[in-house]
Order: sequence, then structure tokens, then C-alpha cells
Amino acid sequence: MTKTINLTLKVWRQKGQKKKGRLETYKAVDISTDMSFLEMIDVINEQLTLEGKEPIAFDHDCREGICGMCGAVVNGRPHGPEKGTTLCQLHMRHFSNNDTIVIEPWRSRAFPVIKDLAVERSALDRMIQAGGFISVNTGGAQDANAIPVSQEAAELAMDAAACIGCGACVAACPNASAMLFLSAKVSQLALFPQGKPEAAKRAISMVREMDMLGFGNCTNETECEAECPKEISITNIARLNREFYKAGFFSAEK
Amino acid sequence: MNWLVNTLGSSIGKKLLMAITGLGFCSFLAGHLAGNLTIYWGKDAFNSYAAHLHSLGPIITMAELGLLFFALVHILTGTTLFYQNFKARPVRYSMNKSAGGRTIGSRTMPYTGFFLLIFIVFHLINFHFIDKTGTTIYQIVHSAFENIGYVVIYVIAMIIAAIHVSHGLWSAFQTIGANHVKYMPFIKVVSYVFSLIIVIGFGFLPVYLGYIA
Ligand code: FES
Repeated sequence: MTKTINLTLKVWRQKGQKKKGRLETYKAVDISTDMSFLEMIDVINEQLTLEGKEPIAFDHDCREGICGMCGAVVNGRPHGPEKGTTLCQLHMRHFSNNDTIVIEPWRSRAFPVIKDLAVERSALDRMIQAGGFISVNTGGAQDANAIPVSQEAAELAMDAAACIGCGACVAACPNASAMLFLSAKVSQLALFPQGKPEAAKRAISMVREMDMLGFGNCTNETECEAECPKEISITNIARLNREFYKAGFFSAEK
Repeated sequence: MNWLVNTLGSSIGKKLLMAITGLGFCSFLAGHLAGNLTIYWGKDAFNSYAAHLHSLGPIITMAELGLLFFALVHILTGTTLFYQNFKARPVRYSMNKSAGGRTIGSRTMPYTGFFLLIFIVFHLINFHFIDKTGTTIYQIVHSAFENIGYVVIYVIAMIIAAIHVSHGLWSAFQTIGANHVKYMPFIKVVSYVFSLIIVIGFGFLPVYLGYIA
């Protein structure tokens, strides 16, 4: 038999970017512990709609932890209390009966609130665009082993590429810095021979773009790696630092 | 030279400035402590250490100017980072919870840093910019620490310095890009051991001078 719990939710409600927001309290009754966190909000939204009220706006898409669309700060923790889990994959069995849950959007100057829990994260896309391109030869496909890549580099690049761009690192960082995100994006290319020709240009323009977008500066608090749903390591930040110094001090790139 | 300003003025560049100056202070502390330990060999040993140091003349002046320059860079960059990071989150969370990444050291960096600045000014007024005619440095230090208030201030300051260094030292290595699977655990241990050495090494001196020597 499915277990059900009752909860008190305090949800951030904000009508629009320029509007003032505040926490509103809702009762969530008979919530199945098999539900995901987003399904729980769906239930509340159905209830709100029936009452003729505005449902809670939140971002989501795949609901299987791979797209990076979902996310909210639950009781002070981005994507909730479970390690290595996105909000859509967080199940209500991790909460107890009569819990109070505070739900807030990602907070960062670079992520303005669109509505309620939905925030504008195109700043992340803008950093990727600033990274430009990599040189890949066109024409007939070359032999798969023509460019040797070590197993270790491939694994590290894959770990970095696991980033789904959800923005939890920014939300978790006490300085609202996007260094973990940027370091993952720089690392996944810097580790491969294919990423080398533009490495210097990429490191410089991406860091410059990040600084312009109004993110904070990294002070190695390491909250980001503890909250990242894909458990991306801060060793990537050290790699980004190295890439940036190489580019800044030793390349001709300005 | 625009490239240099751009590189050092970026978020990573400012971190680098903090790391290099911070590492500079750590090595200074190690040297300062080594010199101070001569106190345990008695007042002649300490006075002669001080005399030898001052006989270096211009080298000491150069080193002092270097430290002053490092201090200015560390303070100005640190203040800029503090201000920018504060501005990066205009609306705060109503509920904050750590996932276990932060330490007391990392949490309090700007505040411990500010306290240390005030302490260093106080320390320099006490023992550096003081009239030393007709007396010895040992006497100055010894009579200062007969006052329990000074002992307490110095011990507290050393605890705060250790908290600052416990985050600063490993963090400097991460910033210069030296995060390696083989060495990072070792570097973290060294940071904590070094902090302990600061508390015990410097912190016990006032107690020793005030109550034992
Ligand atoms: S909705 Fe796709 S990761 Fe959560």
C-alpha cells in the first residue's frame, strides 16, 4: 500500500521579473511518498487551478534527470537534500509527515526570476556561445584511431560533459559564481586533442563573458561540487584556472 | 600591457593575486615563527637574532616594502571580491543550508581577514614602530606580555589567523591550478597542520613570556 504524508509548503510566488515576490503557504495533503517532488507540485497546481488561483510556475522537461531544466532550492539546498539528484528525481519518501518545506528559485543576479520558481538561465548559454567553435575537418571520415585519446582523458572529459547546465552550482555557491559550470564546459574540450587549437581563445572569451554576466567570483567554498546533481568535481575548476593562465600569460591571444 | 590588466583583473586573475600574496604571507609567517622561537633560548639569543636581522639593513627594508606591497594587493583585491560577491546575489535565500562544502575557514575569510588587518596594525605599533633606545626588543616584548590583556589579544589573534590560513593555504593551491588526485589530500592536511603550528607556535609565546620566562 502506498504511504501518504501531509506537508506544509512555503513557496516563492512572484508574478514577474520586476514584481515583488514573497513566500506563500500551502497545505499538501495525502501526498504519496512514491511521487517525485515535481509531481507533488503538480498536485498542488491542480488544486490551485480548481480553486481558480494561479498555479506555481516551475521549469521542467525530461523528468528523468538528464535535461537540466528543473531545479529549485528546497529547504536551503538546490535540488533538495539528496546527493547527486535533480529535483525531478527527488522522491517524496525523503520527507516525513508534517514537514515544512521552503521552496525558492535559484538566486543570482545573473538569473533573474521569470515567474515564481522559473528563472532566466540564458546567461549559461551565453557563456557557451562565447566559447565559439572547435576545428573539425570535414570530408571523408578519418580512421577512428587516427587521433589517440587516452582512456583517462576520455573518462575525465566524459565526467565533465555530464554537466546538464541546470545552474545548481550557481544557486549553491555562497558567491553565486558559475565557475563549476564553466570549468566543466572548458574541461570537456581542453582534455581532447580536437579542442586544443582554440583552447586559449576559448578560455579567455568564456571567462570574460562570465565576468560580464554578473556572476560572483569563486572563493573555493566547494558547495558547488557537493550540490551538483552530476557530482562534477572542483578539479575541473583547477583545470579551468590552468587553461586560463596558459592562455592569459603564455598565448598570443588577448 | 592591456593583456596583463585583463588577465589579472578577471575573476580568476583576482583569485590568483589572492593566492600568490597569501602564499607569500604563509612563507613570511614560517620565517617569522622560526626567528621568534629563539626566545626559548633566552633573552640573549632573541636579542642577537633581532640584531642580526637588523644588520641586514637595506635587504630588510626591501623585504618590508615587499610585504607592504603584498598586503596592499591582498587587502584591495579581497575587498573587491567581497563587494562583488555580495552584489552577485541581490535577493538572499530565506533558508540557507550547507551541503558540507564550506568550513569555518571558508565561511569567515573576509571577516577573519579584516580582523587580522587590525591586529597587524596593533602588532606593528606595539613592537615595530616603538622607540627602542635604551632598551632591548626582549624587554619590550617581555614587559608587554606581563599584561594579561595583551596575552589574550595575541592568543585570540593567532586562533583567528589559523582559521584564515586553514582555508587560505589549500585554497591557494586549488587557485593556482595545483589540484591533483595524488597531492590534494596531502595539501589539505598540510593546511590544517600549518594552522595548528601557527596557533601553538605563535600563541604559546606570549603565555611563555608572561608567565614562565
Ligand atoms: S526535468 Fe530534466 S533534469 Fe529534471
